[in-house]
Amino acid sequence: MNELLQSLVRGLGTGSVYALLALGFVIIYKSTRVISFAQPALMLTGAVLVSYLVLEMNFYLAVVVAAMLVALLGLVIERTALRPMVGKPVFVVAIITLGVDIVIRVVINGFIGREVRQIGDPWRLDTFSIGGVPVQERYVAMVVTTAVIVTALFLFFNYTRIGLAMRATAFDQEVALAQGISVGTVFALSWAIAGALAAVAGTFVGTGAGVDQQTWIIALVALPAIILGGLDSIPGAVIGGLVIGVAQSLVGTYQDTYVPWLGQNFAVVAPYVVMLIVLLVRPYGLFGTPEVERL
Amino acid sequence: MKRRLAGRPELYTSYEQEMALLNTHGKRVAVAALLALAVASPFLLTDDLLQLLAVGFVAAIGAIGLNLVTGYAGQVSLGHAFFLGVGAYTAAAISGDPEGQVIGYGITFLPFWLLAAGLVAGLAGLLVAPLATRLRGLYLAIVTLGLVFLGEHIFKEWSSLTGGPGVGREAAVPEMFGYRFDVDGAFLTRAQKLYLLMFVLLVIFAVLARNLARSAVGRAFAAVRDRDIAAEVIGVGLTRYKLLAFALSSFYAGCAGALLYTVTGFFDPGSFNLLLSVQFIAMVLIGGVSTISGSIMGALFITLLPRVTRELPALVPVVSAQSTGAINVFQIEAILYGLLIIGFLIVEPRGLFGIWIRVRNYWKAWPFSY
Repeated sequence: MNELLQSLVRGLGTGSVYALLALGFVIIYKSTRVISFAQPALMLTGAVLVSYLVLEMNFYLAVVVAAMLVALLGLVIERTALRPMVGKPVFVVAIITLGVDIVIRVVINGFIGREVRQIGDPWRLDTFSIGGVPVQERYVAMVVTTAVIVTALFLFFNYTRIGLAMRATAFDQEVALAQGISVGTVFALSWAIAGALAAVAGTFVGTGAGVDQQTWIIALVALPAIILGGLDSIPGAVIGGLVIGVAQSLVGTYQDTYVPWLGQNFAVVAPYVVMLIVLLVRPYGLFGTPEVERL
Repeated sequence: MKRRLAGRPELYTSYEQEMALLNTHGKRVAVAALLALAVASPFLLTDDLLQLLAVGFVAAIGAIGLNLVTGYAGQVSLGHAFFLGVGAYTAAAISGDPEGQVIGYGITFLPFWLLAAGLVAGLAGLLVAPLATRLRGLYLAIVTLGLVFLGEHIFKEWSSLTGGPGVGREAAVPEMFGYRFDVDGAFLTRAQKLYLLMFVLLVIFAVLARNLARSAVGRAFAAVRDRDIAAEVIGVGLTRYKLLAFALSSFYAGCAGALLYTVTGFFDPGSFNLLLSVQFIAMVLIGGVSTISGSIMGALFITLLPRVTRELPALVPVVSAQSTGAINVFQIEAILYGLLIIGFLIVEPRGLFGIWIRVRNYWKAWPFSY
């Protein structure tokens, strides 16, 4: 029982990080209809920035500054690589983001070097116990931060003018444009938000084990999460992220004992298996809108 | 079929003439010249270049396969690396040493293991296709991306077949009627033999693909790509052609995977990762979407690119040839992939093929601007 609870806590913690990453994907997808394969690079950039900034300043301040810098990077990417491609097929734009991802990651890898960089977070691997179950502080921090960010995003989308503009753009770009909404600003803003979210997620990914050149792979786990939740659903992204996190953690805990023939490290690919099964049953995820097209 | 009229090169008197493989005089001359150059080059170039070109030809087979599904049929696949892996391991297992550490059946006859590799990969493609027929666009791209990760996991874990990560296994042995292509002979060196073998295979695969593309199947693929719903309404079976596109593309990938490592002789299960898929995507995009000659150009371009960047340290002193330097050739290579993909998509979406078309049209009208 203890083992199960610990596994669940770990799953919710990593799941909320996936949720942050998934939110970035979904926000970009909703406003521009493009899946950004550059998200892993943005996440890595955030984590590496924090690992350098933390040498100069307080950790929390470092995270905020890093998030702002990565948001700026998101703006630059949107303006230089994606704005010229507005109206082109989505596949082409997606591949461009893949190219952006490669370029940024090579540059960032130069700053990581060969060894593992420490994030310098205050939680490290410290634990405290809730009713006899040891819980790592960092997982609690992840869940709380994600909850705060999701609430803030909810308020932003529902109660601010620009949030409303973003929802309108997601609904219908041309009509939004006709109503006087600057769709370009919306695109830029969604990239900035996604960048900031990726930076925060990257920081959490780096807690505990640190950041190395392989860390970026983790950001791709958010893809099964958004597929599970549905590409265009913000609640779906959060739920998908949590489900994928918990599933991965449970597989990691029990697969060795019950299904050892799946091989070591099966937990790493478990999210993709979940994704394939969900897609066979529900092609638009749990909360996605089925595409309706007219001829 | 009616005869072409002498002295009227632009006049076609039947549909067959217009759709012929070499429908203009210019194409006939150019193809003949290219073939002659390709056959002559083993005796003009050094062995290391020939080996690289042989790899490029095999990559071209794989790129043609990806172009069939992504370019012609419009189904985005990031899973090409998985099918390459399936082909490579099928071929290696069939031709492998039965006494060795890893699975092997000792049948080294090239056409046999090549076809088997293609067929097994094609079957794997058919297994994935049910997902593809239900999904469109980016959903499909993500699913095929997941496939690469699953494949990588299986290849790494199934060490009795693959030798396990860091160990690897020997690639398939290219042999036909007792003639070995991968050892130096009395008359030809290893690199020359492999070059000629891969060249002949590339020509066969390319002509097959080109014929497919200009037939009813190719037109059906294009219809599915351009507007799948409209295609279905006019009677193109979506499921059937998507299945066919995936199976064919995987067949090509399987054959390419089987051949790809016969040149280097050895391969590791970690090779079949996302980067390999991205390289093939880059070949197709840089070469030219939905053109066979473009795929070949793109594949050769991407394969020769590392060779060019290796020369950089001699020219630019800041660039280090070791992987430890601040700016090294490996980083530049990776950045170039990214920048080239972005650059081509923004500036010349039709790729190298498009550049060639522009050059050709310029000289067609020369000295007039149009």
